[in-house]
Amino acid sequence: MPVDIFAQALNGLAYGVLLFLLSVGLTLIFGMLDVVNLAHGSFYMLGAYAGLSLIAVTGNFWLALLVAPLAVGLIGAVIERSCLRPLYRRPPLDQVLLTFGFIYLFEDLVKWIWGGRIRSIPPPDLFAGSVSVLGAVIPSYRLFVIVFGLVMAGLLFLLIERTRLGAIIRAGVFDAEMTAGLGINIHRVFTAVFAFGAALGGLSGVIAGPIQSAYPSMGVTILVPALIVVVVGGLGSLKGSLIGSLIIGQAETFGKARLPEAAMLIIYVVMAVVVLVRPQGLFGRPLK
Amino acid sequence: MKLRLLAFAAVVAALALFPLGAGPYPVKLLQEILIWGIFAMSLDLLMGYAGMVSFGHSAFFGVGGYVAALALARSPGLASALVLPAVAAGLAALVIGFFSIRVGGVYFIMLTLAFSQMFHAYTFQVSWLGAEDGLVGIPRPAVPGFALASLGGFHAYLLVLVVLTALVLWRVVHSPFGHVLRGIHENEARMRAVGYAVDRYKLAAFVIAGVVAGVAGSLYTQFNGSITPDAFFWKTSGEALLMVIIGGTGTLGGAMLGAAAFILLQSLVSTYTERWMLILGATFILFVLFVPGGLVGALRGRVGLRA
Repeated sequence: MPVDIFAQALNGLAYGVLLFLLSVGLTLIFGMLDVVNLAHGSFYMLGAYAGLSLIAVTGNFWLALLVAPLAVGLIGAVIERSCLRPLYRRPPLDQVLLTFGFIYLFEDLVKWIWGGRIRSIPPPDLFAGSVSVLGAVIPSYRLFVIVFGLVMAGLLFLLIERTRLGAIIRAGVFDAEMTAGLGINIHRVFTAVFAFGAALGGLSGVIAGPIQSAYPSMGVTILVPALIVVVVGGLGSLKGSLIGSLIIGQAETFGKARLPEAAMLIIYVVMAVVVLVRPQGLFGRPLK
Repeated sequence: MKLRLLAFAAVVAALALFPLGAGPYPVKLLQEILIWGIFAMSLDLLMGYAGMVSFGHSAFFGVGGYVAALALARSPGLASALVLPAVAAGLAALVIGFFSIRVGGVYFIMLTLAFSQMFHAYTFQVSWLGAEDGLVGIPRPAVPGFALASLGGFHAYLLVLVVLTALVLWRVVHSPFGHVLRGIHENEARMRAVGYAVDRYKLAAFVIAGVVAGVAGSLYTQFNGSITPDAFFWKTSGEALLMVIIGGTGTLGGAMLGAAAFILLQSLVSTYTERWMLILGATFILFVLFVPGGLVGALRGRVGLRA
């Protein structure tokens, strides 16, 4: 029994770091641009499908893991430059509505290019088998996801907290106008942050591929738990995104195993409790 | 004012006479427009007047639809067709609104979307609601004076409800309550400072919109004789959002116009191509970018009418 629980905890951790990679992009974009990017799930989906094709052509998972996020990041940059930038002077809601439109666009585009059926993505050869961790047998790919996600989390913290670029981003999140006043080209930073967030979405899509396969509605399916993560952790907070992801990852995994009938309700209960007790999320800035 | 009332009466008369001169397919299309129009108007009350953009309005449409299906299967009367669905949708709006308005701002967007998807996930899975096939074979209610089984009878019944809903919503937005909502939309902080219990007004608007959306959902069940989890899906909320945006926010009539444009475009496009969603998304983006006032706003600009 304890071995079972341990295996589930590891699965939950793998799902949690996946949610982190996704929600951190959402939270970065919001922190900088004040936009809740509802198309974030679409970037995740595009990443998975781009990864699928790159693996099919090159046979190399690692190349796909590098190139697919770059491609999605480029799409993100184009969207920010062409569609979001003209809207910055309008109410912030218009930008959210715009990203909502992109959900339809990308979902149908994916159906058009890749077809509507579920496509499985093979894990890299290196992690095709299973391993035994303290008696619990789990696919080695999930172990890789956990390590990769935690390393990425560490690198992101270093990037944001320790580099000049990170300092500019933090300043922009705090007060974009003032940052621009200090001679930073804030528009370029906006584009870069949106592209970077989109690339992170694409990256999590490639990472998720071998676990969850690729299908056209995967974007919205993952968007909802990602939104719940940022509500729980606090929007705009890197730490909140990490802790929120780990909580939701465990809640959903244990729910599915222990209370299958109520499984999908559990994460909503967690969300509702956090909203009641701490409306700004665990690590969010106070509201209003 | 008099002109407006006259125009309203003329439109209603035209809609009432439409089945006399048109075949069954156009009449069904018109009925679909009217049902979605009610749904879109309820969302416009939130979006256009109170300034609360819900991305999960499908929750109340679906609750109304499912409650109507369950109730009509047991006793096909007006209580099952209208009262129960409206009350249930209102209660759902009270609970979801309590959480979503509490946090407000961008969190409102995320919470409304998440809650509606919770309903979708639930109905998709549980067998007592028919899981992904939904509930089918739902009888239409028996309403004295209307032969609902016939196309014309259902049309008359639907039109009466549309007119009633439109008048009630019109009354709401022009009441002192409606003016407070508009004040909140314009400047929430000031309304708070002046002493209005802003959150309570917002919750009331959310519940009213939920009730009307529930009625629309119930009519949708009666129209189709069935209801599926799709009613709860984010696309249902998205379609209503798009109708309001195409028509023009804050005009009620615009929501109805948007519903008409949407459904006609859909039936036209679907005969030529399977890429309806792509066109939908592109329309969404283009309207947000270039026609922020919607069709009504564009017409007003062209004709030089003022609000």
